[in-house]
Amino acid sequence: MNVTEGYFYTKEHEWVKIDGKKAKIGITDYAQHKLGDITFCEPPEKGFNVKQFGVITGIESVKAASDIYSPVSGKVIGFNGELEDNPGLINSSPFEKGWIAELEISDASETKNLLDAAAYKKYLEGLE
Amino acid sequence: MADDKKTPLFDEHVRLNALMAPFAGYCMPIHYGSIIEETKITRTGCSIFDISHMGEIIVKENPENCSLDMAITVPVTKIKEGSCKYGFLLNENGTVIDDLIVYRIKSDEWMIVVNASNESRDYETIKSRLSSSAFIENISAGVAKFDVQGPKAYDVMKKIAGTGLAELKYFTFKKFPLLGEDRIISRTGYTGELGFEVYLDNKNALAFWNEAIKNGAAPAGLGSRDILRSEAGLPLYGDELTEEITPVEAGMEKFIDFEKEFTGKAALVKQKDGGVEKKLCGFKIDGRRTPRHSSSIVKNGSAIGTVSSGVFSPHLNCGIGMGYVKPQSAEIGTVFEIDLGRGTASATVVQMPFLKSESIRMKL
Repeated sequence: MNVTEGYFYTKEHEWVKIDGKKAKIGITDYAQHKLGDITFCEPPEKGFNVKQFGVITGIESVKAASDIYSPVSGKVIGFNGELEDNPGLINSSPFEKGWIAELEISDASETKNLLDAAAYKKYLEGLE
Repeated sequence: MADDKKTPLFDEHVRLNALMAPFAGYCMPIHYGSIIEETKITRTGCSIFDISHMGEIIVKENPENCSLDMAITVPVTKIKEGSCKYGFLLNENGTVIDDLIVYRIKSDEWMIVVNASNESRDYETIKSRLSSSAFIENISAGVAKFDVQGPKAYDVMKKIAGTGLAELKYFTFKKFPLLGEDRIISRTGYTGELGFEVYLDNKNALAFWNEAIKNGAAPAGLGSRDILRSEAGLPLYGDELTEEITPVEAGMEKFIDFEKEFTGKAALVKQKDGGVEKKLCGFKIDGRRTPRHSSSIVKNGSAIGTVSSGVFSPHLNCGIGMGYVKPQSAEIGTVFEIDLGRGTASATVVQMPFLKSESIRMKL
């Protein structure tokens, strides 16, 4: 399973890439692999204030519907519109083209509650 | 999963990195990488499915005085030798113990193909309804079964079983020379495409699988099989058909011969004449969300039914499903909502099948 350096991860298999006051979130390669072909990603409401580890949106795959938890607190400022017609981007490029939402973050120090790439890799090894 | 039975191809599925999961008491391949890709290949090329978990029961009986004819809905003495027919094993109250396909092998011999989850119960039930002079045997454990499906299925199969396959019309079968044995191949399937079902001895299972793949078939699992059968509007036992449901409620009267007698007939006739409380409908979701088994069907704020099964259709690019609703809500064009937990999705009742393929009855 791929893990991208420089991102932070949740044990629920979401990632966050922080860039100053903004952050992009998505699901990991492990998560997309477990879910199978993604068929739908619900656009999160713009302006919605999500708490760290709170539900931000939902996705559906050929196997199941799942909640997506936000790795950090913040306000939703964007959604990856390409997912509307092509949610399979989450399968083919989970860490880049398949990003899900963009947040304006309120507290960058929340990353202390997350796993870095090395720790997430180790966590995955424990699952397999 | 450790207790689940294995098909003769188990090791091969593992070698191909299939996602294996328990289904009907067997450890079965769900997909070999992508359910959606396997679905698309079956509608454009050719797939092979290992469905050796299915059950096969042989009955031999004098057709002049045939207790099998009464035991199931299928008019077994009217079917021509070399033809097969779909039907049901019913309870006295008309509800479905199983759906099945009957092959008339000889004038006095039939093969009944049943669902894996019901195989031993079907065998016991049919046996209890047969007269003492009839012979019945459950041959499931020794039989491997493969579905070769898709518009290119003939191109693959003719290289293995010969061009004689071209004489098979839809829902007929014959024995063909296959890996040194004469084995039944029928022109049937569960995908809505041209296809063949092949019944083999376990010992030849891997050799046939490899031949099919060498000649252009791609492995496909139960995940794509479920999407394909849904797009084709075909019911699945456990979802659309259960012991709470009759074939009349499931909209399957056309598969029933009311000219003859069978267990459960009186209950069906009563429903045909007097109406039903619930009726199966097919619906399309407005958008990409997927309805799921047991989701509520809602109209004007009140529950009017339940989803029996649903999938995302990669060919129609929307969610599709089937469900039981009050008869007036089963009419084509009815709009209702599906409760999906995270919100609802609007759906419209449509004529099934959702998707009609040219290949299924094409001349070979």
